[in-house]
Amino acid sequence: MSDDQGYDLSQFKATYFEECAELLASAEEILSRIHDGSGTVEDLNAVFRCVHSIKGGAGAFAFDELVHFAHVFETTMDALRSGRADLSTHVADLLVRGNDVLGDFVRAAQEGVALPADHGADVLAQMAAIPDGNAPATTKPATATAAPKPAAEPPAPEDNGFKTYSISFLPTLAMLRTGNDPLLMIRELAALGDLDVKVDRSKLPPLTEMDPQASYLSWTFTLITDRDKSSIADVFEFVEGDTATITITELQPEVEGDGWGLFATAPAAAEAAPAPTGGAVEGDGWGLFEPLPAANTAAAAPQPAKAVPTPAPTQAAAAGGPVHTASIRVDLDKVDRLVNMVGELVITQAMLGQQASGFSVESHPELIQGLQELSHHTRELQESVMAIRAQPVKALFSKAPRLVRDLSTKLGKQARLVMSGENTEVDKTVIEQLSDPLTHLIRNALDHGLETPEERIAVGKPAEGTIHLGAEHRSGRIVIEITDDGRGIDRKRVLEKAIEKGLVERGQSLSDEQIDMLIFAPGFSTASAVSDVSGRGVGMDVVRKNIQDVGGRVVVQSTPGAGSRFILSLPLTLAVMDGMLVAIGGHRYVLPLTNIVESLRPAAHQARTLVDVGDVLTLRGEYIRLIPLHSLFGIHNAITDPTRGLVVVVETEGGDRVGLLVDELLGQQQVVIKSLDANFRPVEGISAATILGDGRVALILDVGAIRAMGERLTAQEPCATPTAAE
Amino acid sequence: MSATTEAGQVGVRQFISFKIGDEEYGIDIMAIREIKGWTETTELPDTPQHLRGVINLRGAIIPVVDLRARFSGQLTQATPRHVTIVVTVGARIVGVLVDAVADIITVAAADIQPVPDLDSGAHARFLAGLVAVDGRMVALLDLESLLHSDLQATAEMAA
Repeated sequence: MSDDQGYDLSQFKATYFEECAELLASAEEILSRIHDGSGTVEDLNAVFRCVHSIKGGAGAFAFDELVHFAHVFETTMDALRSGRADLSTHVADLLVRGNDVLGDFVRAAQEGVALPADHGADVLAQMAAIPDGNAPATTKPATATAAPKPAAEPPAPEDNGFKTYSISFLPTLAMLRTGNDPLLMIRELAALGDLDVKVDRSKLPPLTEMDPQASYLSWTFTLITDRDKSSIADVFEFVEGDTATITITELQPEVEGDGWGLFATAPAAAEAAPAPTGGAVEGDGWGLFEPLPAANTAAAAPQPAKAVPTPAPTQAAAAGGPVHTASIRVDLDKVDRLVNMVGELVITQAMLGQQASGFSVESHPELIQGLQELSHHTRELQESVMAIRAQPVKALFSKAPRLVRDLSTKLGKQARLVMSGENTEVDKTVIEQLSDPLTHLIRNALDHGLETPEERIAVGKPAEGTIHLGAEHRSGRIVIEITDDGRGIDRKRVLEKAIEKGLVERGQSLSDEQIDMLIFAPGFSTASAVSDVSGRGVGMDVVRKNIQDVGGRVVVQSTPGAGSRFILSLPLTLAVMDGMLVAIGGHRYVLPLTNIVESLRPAAHQARTLVDVGDVLTLRGEYIRLIPLHSLFGIHNAITDPTRGLVVVVETEGGDRVGLLVDELLGQQQVVIKSLDANFRPVEGISAATILGDGRVALILDVGAIRAMGERLTAQEPCATPTAAE
Repeated sequence: MSATTEAGQVGVRQFISFKIGDEEYGIDIMAIREIKGWTETTELPDTPQHLRGVINLRGAIIPVVDLRARFSGQLTQATPRHVTIVVTVGARIVGVLVDAVADIITVAAADIQPVPDLDSGAHARFLAGLVAVDGRMVALLDLESLLHSDLQATAEMAA
């Protein structure tokens, strides 16, 4: 059992704040639905539960300001969900703001800073005003039940209107893991009236077999109260069904105080258990065991539940069964270790496969079959492990509705957001890296893309613009598109601006696509006035950089007058990628498959050297710069004549195409990406390294950097194809 | 001679000594992770010739420095009998190619002599000191300054 007597709260706090972040995000998403008018009563309930959970944890850690605010918020939600208050637009607005303030309080608690005393006071005041104003008569009891420790007037015993309830509370083993502490519920029950507690410890295993996080106890309560049954049910609101079986029955007066006996069995059960439990209480300190002393004395109290011993296991099993989305929190480091380990396994497996390629099936049938199975399992294992890190992009998209709503109000525009593919999954790191670029792009679409309602009507479009945010899997990558039906990119203005900023020389002829890509150039911004929405000229190049950092590309397509579409294409995971193995002078390199457009052996008339440009390849009427990788990397013994080697046409993030001259293609394979800078340093033209089947290291080429290096190469040595041939 | 070890005493350090040609060098034993036979490296483009490339050390990619080439400019004709000493420098793991491992030497800190100024030859600044062991002179390497330029070329490279 745990050896930490004075256990460290910080670990629980960290978990709490993690949960808070999720709850806040979830509340935000639901509130945004409510705000749009498409919310249901269940949505109100869901928000209520979010706020309640935040409050509950805050109470445990004594974050008083947070508890106070959450309490008022929760009360408001309770009034709304029970229909005692009306959900007007104003109220919906207030709720959204309330969630923000709640987030502020959570962050303040997390960072240990104090917010100004009046923080959120206006929201608080308005919230407090809602239930009172609309339904003054019924407000009181609602407030009372919502609070964990209501200022409950302890009922005088044997007063009029008091009833006696018998409550059986059978938690499943998993209840504690879901963050529900029975002690809190028991306290809450006790606050409702005169409570008698009886605990059933019969399922408590010996100390050696005990799982400290499982709840083995079940309870029978006898409660004398003036509240109705539903107030009692409220106490168990969060555990009922999923994690515990609750039965509440009203007892007839004559039953009360009458010894139902079981004197023979109950003490015996109590006798059998104490020895192991004593130790558990000492070393554990989970809070769960605190009710025990009270329970001991209650052994002789009325126990109407013969039901307890027998039906409990079956019921618990039944309750435990339908929990489909059981999940655990795992430290990301642990997952990463797993990912790395599987990466090693993939390499080892490839290595074994290569070693065995010399054996024939006839001579070593079992070995070959075993290796095939190993390869199969390894692949599956790798996919499962990658799936652990995968998350739906919903986490990313959920911020968008709010952003669009706030910005369109601010900018005096009307915009509708349509989202699709929110459940598309992608690696967590990719999601994290995407957050800022996506925000920028949505801002951009609203600020620069969409016209004002008047302008839209003038050109015959509906006053309300549409922004579409979509995600989908496409050939091993995730593609995220942000499309608006606004005015499109004003190419003339972009070009003027680019010339003005010295990004393009006057008189240079650029294709429409090239002009569109200029908006990603560092320091480029067409907004004539710098607004606080967008237009500091840092947006789009940062977008491109962030996306390139995770191995992605961004492309823009625009039709003047009809709108623009930004297409982000990203790898699903950062740890593994599909590559093409190429040979140059006896060295092997890996080209990312996603960059490759085609490969060919050019005919003599297709490859030529142009003055000032260097080697070029004519391909279907298009000129493509040819980069001899051997001279770029100083490799000897490579094929220098393009007509004898192979040209791999690759596309960079910017959409530029270049041809890379290599000796031959060795084949396509999945490679595990290994950092070069972990033990060394970055090398220009190389993005990372990988380990091949024979255990040797191969370098992964960075196509974007190679294109830039190629330009420098021709600048230095205009008459291309230098030395190297030996 | 003077220093045939009083092990276990304070101020006593252990080195692994190795040979490059006729010269003997020492690396602090605490910096050494393992010693393995030479394996072919994967060359890196655009790096000095004494950087022999990178190898796969059980899944980690580590660079290998040819010490002979570093000191004399002459590449080692590496065979499987040559040795790569894997050392830790800061947070990095680096392989050092040498001819052969010679000995483990235990030296009192007081017996380590500074590198004489007049020996301001190419590699004097890579030495932490000199020590005489059984009549042989062993030059103790300062790994940090030896490998610094190779690992830090980053700034100019990335710029």
